Amino acid sequence: MADMTVAEIRALIVKHKRWDLIFATVGVLALMVGVLTFASLFAGMAIDGAHRLSPEFFTNFPSRRPEQAGILSAWVGTTLVMIVTAVTAVPLGVAGAVYLEEYAPKNWMTDIIEINVTNLAGVPSIVYGLLALGLFVYQFGFGQSILSAGLTLALLILPVVIVATREAIRSIPAVIREGAYALGATKWQTTADHILPYSIPGILTGVIIGMARAIGETAPVITIGALTFIAFLPPAPFSGDPPAGLFDWLFAPFTVMPIQMFNWTSRPEAAFHQNAAAAGLVLVVMTLSMNALAIYIRYRLRKKIKW
Amino acid sequence: MSKITEGTAAKVSLVVKAEALNLSFYYGAFNALKRINMPIYEKRVTALIGPSGCGKSTYLRCFNRMHDLYAGNRYEGEIRLQPDNTNLLNQQVDPIEVRMRISMVFQKPNPFPKSIYENVAYGLRVRGVRSVATLDEKVEQALRGAALWDEVKDRLNDLAFNLSGGQQQRLCIARALATEPEILLFDEPTSALDPIATASIEELIADLKHKVTILIVTHNMQQAARVSDFTAYMYLGEMIEFDATDTIFIKPKNKATEDYITGRFG
Repeated sequence: MADMTVAEIRALIVKHKRWDLIFATVGVLALMVGVLTFASLFAGMAIDGAHRLSPEFFTNFPSRRPEQAGILSAWVGTTLVMIVTAVTAVPLGVAGAVYLEEYAPKNWMTDIIEINVTNLAGVPSIVYGLLALGLFVYQFGFGQSILSAGLTLALLILPVVIVATREAIRSIPAVIREGAYALGATKWQTTADHILPYSIPGILTGVIIGMARAIGETAPVITIGALTFIAFLPPAPFSGDPPAGLFDWLFAPFTVMPIQMFNWTSRPEAAFHQNAAAAGLVLVVMTLSMNALAIYIRYRLRKKIKW
Repeated sequence: MSKITEGTAAKVSLVVKAEALNLSFYYGAFNALKRINMPIYEKRVTALIGPSGCGKSTYLRCFNRMHDLYAGNRYEGEIRLQPDNTNLLNQQVDPIEVRMRISMVFQKPNPFPKSIYENVAYGLRVRGVRSVATLDEKVEQALRGAALWDEVKDRLNDLAFNLSGGQQQRLCIARALATEPEILLFDEPTSALDPIATASIEELIADLKHKVTILIVTHNMQQAARVSDFTAYMYLGEMIEFDATDTIFIKPKNKATEDYITGRFG
């Protein structure tokens, strides 16, 4: 750069670096939109609802009197539905993904299945609700139950689990897979001893993302007929008279947190709106703690894997 | 196949362990190996050299049917494994059977994200070995065979990733040795290692040839000269020349080999 003096070079650098500053500012502002929105939502709910968060709020059933109303049936319902969802979606999703990645021949059939799975993720959740109403509630006769809701939400998050599992499997380097095969392992031995264990962190992330979505879903759960007011719990196994069976709770009517919130916000009294805000806080904390748990477990497991 | 020149390696009686007969290989439509004929002698080190893309790794990976893992690959011709004269490439022969007899060490150390012990034991577990005593014994034997035992005997349950690169590669050699294979394939085993680790691996290969037949792909001609008894020079999927290593490096018959060896090309 013989035709430029040192002073000119320095001036040029200062001029060019201005764009770094400009972009950094734009980037921070863009981030703030997301961060501040969440923070103000959370703060708003906290201001409205925090004073309602007493132990009784968690142990009381809903009530006509706002100060006595609680979320017992809602959080129990949500927990049970989530258990059904996880128990159904995880094995189905993981098995499907493993088949697609490790076993399926690469041909046009697999391509069609792939496109289908990806598209499933974009289907509006209310459509899943309609499907479930016809299939689970009436056709299979599961009724307006925890089982129907859990299965519906499982279908809803299945694509998320499949896509996350496939990503996790693909991130395993080819030489690790070849290393296992080179020792004489079969496909199943390679899958069970290597592919699955090494993809658990990624699978877990997908499952949690899916569950976090499912826990807030309202539309499909309303469609299949979740109650908006319910003052009893599903039967615990072997309790009551005559004693309930081990799985009777699956067929019990139920409500979930978002529906409880929706119910309260539709009431005219301001006190019910405070209950809704408090329930919203609980729901957000449930979701955040699920995410935190996933991040922690992933971090623990990732430490063992380096490539 | 040209007659083997009287080199130092050829003076003792040679037994053919495996032999490629008119071996061709295709990645889809691409013809990567062209009618290769070549013997692999028992308990000798055979080196494959040639410029990048000449097909030497492709050739090596025919010996444990690694190409079967990917769609669109096709073999022609035969690789006969002795003493039972099995054609490894026969589609009736299960690639798993082939891989149980012939082990492989890869270019980059690829230990599993498991303990040192479990890495070495994996091949045995695949074969259904459940006895802890047998596993312990074979793992120790393999680690000793790979000159790694003294360095790791007190931390067999540590993760394999905590070892250095050279140690990881020796661990992979131990893993391949644990199942007592008939042939050990090395695919540029030192290309990701520093010179000291490379020297220790080369020393190990020189030791191992007393126990096992070795076929090694290398980019490094000095390495081929140092460790091998026989050398094959490949170019564009063809076997240009195969002979005792001394002959290849001192008095190659083929002008192309000589150009490559002397660095005029490659």
